[in-house]
Amino acid sequence: MSKLKYLTNGLLKENPSFALVLGTCPALAVTTSAINGAGMGAATTFVLICSNVLIALLKNVIPDKVRIVAFIVVIATFVTMVDLSMNAFVPDLYKSLGIFIPLIVVNCIILGRAEAFAQKNSIMNSLLDGIGMGIGFTLALTIMGSIREILGSGSVFDIRLLNENAKTMLLFVLPPGAFLTYGYLIAIANKLKK
Amino acid sequence: MAKLQSSMKNMILCLFFISMGMSAALGFVFVATKGPIEESKKKAEIDALKVVLPAFDNDPTAEAKEIDGLTYYIGTSSGKAVGCAVKTFTTKGFSGRFDIMVGFKPDGSINNIAVLEQKESPGLGDKMKTKWKDQFNGKNPKDFKLLVKKDGGQVDAITASTITSRAFCDATQKAYDGYIKNFSEQLNK
Repeated sequence: MSKLKYLTNGLLKENPSFALVLGTCPALAVTTSAINGAGMGAATTFVLICSNVLIALLKNVIPDKVRIVAFIVVIATFVTMVDLSMNAFVPDLYKSLGIFIPLIVVNCIILGRAEAFAQKNSIMNSLLDGIGMGIGFTLALTIMGSIREILGSGSVFDIRLLNENAKTMLLFVLPPGAFLTYGYLIAIANKLKK
Repeated sequence: MAKLQSSMKNMILCLFFISMGMSAALGFVFVATKGPIEESKKKAEIDALKVVLPAFDNDPTAEAKEIDGLTYYIGTSSGKAVGCAVKTFTTKGFSGRFDIMVGFKPDGSINNIAVLEQKESPGLGDKMKTKWKDQFNGKNPKDFKLLVKKDGGQVDAITASTITSRAFCDATQKAYDGYIKNFSEQLNK
């Protein structure tokens, strides 16, 4: 039961996007479509799980004074792996996410979880935390991407819901729409948590 | 196990081994993805060529030539040249550079255009990927002025994206000039 808590924490109560408000930069920038949001979420989840596990594994051999350096090396390695693999196997998604894949390195969620959770907890708990947080982030980004895509381009996951020439609220695909959507979603998440 | 002390020796050793281990893992992934990355690049190139050129049966990427930053691909069908695709770019886009590929028939008229890489505003400038670019098909820049109507040309600009439209014309014009200068004679022999 207590183990399950680590897994579900990230979904709503400590959702990285809506409750902790971490990783806002990719959340606002890449969610122009549902598939972009889901792809970014998946990439971040992979890095988060791997780095959480490895850091929990190495926590006793990393001296305190150099821990941030060591964490960054670990995180940067996994991010570069994701970057190369996406370039090789999903080139279209890779192109549309662009610079935001390498920028996962500086995503606060990952370093934040390494610092606040993985280095103090067992491997198993860190794994669960990584999965939970990753799913929470992916969910948040996918919801944001879907809302913006539906309102802004009249489609979701590239499936057309509206006629191609239908008047859509273009604003939602552009940066202001990101802030509006984000604000409303945080408000809704706050309401749900109570 | 107790946590290691932050002594100089421990810190150096720890960082040394972590960096070693991580770079070894990274090297492995790099080697494993090198092939697929090149393949997918080549596939994207050939897909674009198939769109912009009339039916061809050679491998135009094998004899691609690069002159002044533009890349030229000649498509042939049973030995006879059917067209020339030019990979061209502009730096005048709303978000900087974008790359397109323009296919010319031997007489210099535009067969089709494909957008390769772009980061124009979604929903505005990136409409250039849609039917909008079809207005160029079959036009010969010799008598089709590659300028938006606002600038005295014949191209219908994308609504609210005049800058992107201008940049698109700029890239296409560059491709046309390059084609006429370097390959027109060779293809019309």
